[in-house]
Amino acid sequence: MRYTFADMVTSAGEGARFQSASDQSLLVTFGQEITLHSHQQVVKLLRLLESETVAGIRNLHPAFCSLLVKFDGLRLRHEEVEAILRRYLERLEEVNLPEPRQVEIPVCYGGEFGPDLAGVCAMHGMTPAQAIELHASAEYLVYFLGFVPGFAYLGELPEALVTPRLAVPRRRVPAGSVGIAGNQTGVYPFATPGGWRLLGRTPLAMFQTDRDGLSLLSIGDRVRFTPISAERFAALEKEWA
Amino acid sequence: MGVIQVQEPGLFTTVQDLGREGFGPLGVSASGAADAISLRLGNRLVGNAEGAAGLEMTLLGGTFLFPEGAVIALAGSDFGATLDGKPVELWTAFESRPGQTLRLGPTRSGARCYLCVRGGIAVKLFLGSASTHILSGLGGHDGRALRKGDVLNIGVANVSTRERSLSARALKDLQPRKILRVTPGPQSDWFPESSQRLFFASTYRVAEESNRMGLRLEGVPIPAPAGGRMISEGVALGAVQVPEGGLPIILFVEQQTTGGYPKIANVISGDFHSLGQLRPRDEIRFEQVDWETARALLRKQEELFATD
Repeated sequence: MRYTFADMVTSAGEGARFQSASDQSLLVTFGQEITLHSHQQVVKLLRLLESETVAGIRNLHPAFCSLLVKFDGLRLRHEEVEAILRRYLERLEEVNLPEPRQVEIPVCYGGEFGPDLAGVCAMHGMTPAQAIELHASAEYLVYFLGFVPGFAYLGELPEALVTPRLAVPRRRVPAGSVGIAGNQTGVYPFATPGGWRLLGRTPLAMFQTDRDGLSLLSIGDRVRFTPISAERFAALEKEWA
Repeated sequence: MGVIQVQEPGLFTTVQDLGREGFGPLGVSASGAADAISLRLGNRLVGNAEGAAGLEMTLLGGTFLFPEGAVIALAGSDFGATLDGKPVELWTAFESRPGQTLRLGPTRSGARCYLCVRGGIAVKLFLGSASTHILSGLGGHDGRALRKGDVLNIGVANVSTRERSLSARALKDLQPRKILRVTPGPQSDWFPESSQRLFFASTYRVAEESNRMGLRLEGVPIPAPAGGRMISEGVALGAVQVPEGGLPIILFVEQQTTGGYPKIANVISGDFHSLGQLRPRDEIRFEQVDWETARALLRKQEELFATD
């Protein structure tokens, strides 16, 4: 994540690149690198399209520095969608993003909850206490949700913890598992297959069908992990069940 | 309100409608029927709205008892259905009297057969849709495939029920294809011409581990592109990804909303239903079409539905 003065003075929407991704979708990309600025452009365009919906636009898939816009090909053509989006891009500076929401996620590190903690420590020549301290010391940005409902891509991991994903993914990662991969970290909302290295587990439900907004995290949120004991984990799990 | 008693679930049977669009920012993909054309046609045959929920059966059908009877249509692939032992036809509405049993067997054609009942399958909607999303266990009947002993409620039929069928010619035009038409993918230009030629000249086999998330292909691997550094981005339905090993994966209805592999092509919307009828070991090829053709084919398909 680089944030330079040059990025800041780039005017909104300038340099946005449009590509037809399929016969019913258009990909808008802001720059060739993941920067705070390009990510903010994504969030602003997303918020604008959510608050002033366009007839015929059916879905939006935000990512690090791009937004995939899915549309009804019977009603709109790529050129028309691009023209609409260009008008929205001219107004990005008007969009005032609210102060990021701060979310704290309690994590019980190591043991059966974090089967890869020892391996990660061995790779980096550190103690479990140091690894936990590093992981819990940073504030992470929710870049976007993807993979499965409610799975937030969080960045960036402190340099000393950057670790490649497992060569062979697990067939089943328990829900609530907190993993790292490359310079990212994330929490598995459901028991799914997964290749991220697991450091711990949270008793929090990341995605609930009865919660307003469904997902605990949303794009643009800031996240911190707080270490908790196994006893506290058990108590919270009971309390939130 | 009638019910369906599941005596045998079949290999993999789920409740599906036309899916839920609009929740990409939450990481929720649309899901919905793998062969939406067949589900829509089946619903028309029993007088439902085209998007009513039905049962999607995969490769091997189930056995279903209708204690109060029902008006039923089967659409998609031929699973050799019988009602109390007597063969029933595909693409035709028929009535089950109270207590009759509909039994389906292994497929005789493609991967999926849809069971539509007048009134539709009534389940609690999740984000506005009855579709099952297997990976996250959401939607449909308890978020999972049907099991023996499940009981499904049949919805209330439209008051002005009108059965509609398509002409034999229209049905023929909607036949699933094995040569899939594609438009370029966002990273097509990362692949040198030799790789593109290889992709379009090759015959690929649908791998066993294919599912509603993606169709994995076997065949000649495509060399890794020398293009740029891939940053994960939103991915479209039908995207043809080329991961490190070079064997393409076609993203399907329960797709991830974002992905980090370069995409060499994208199956056109007019051929999505063909993807839903591909079985493991089926052989397919890809054929490039331009954007105008892709649009025209989608429009033509919808025009077939506009006729009675």
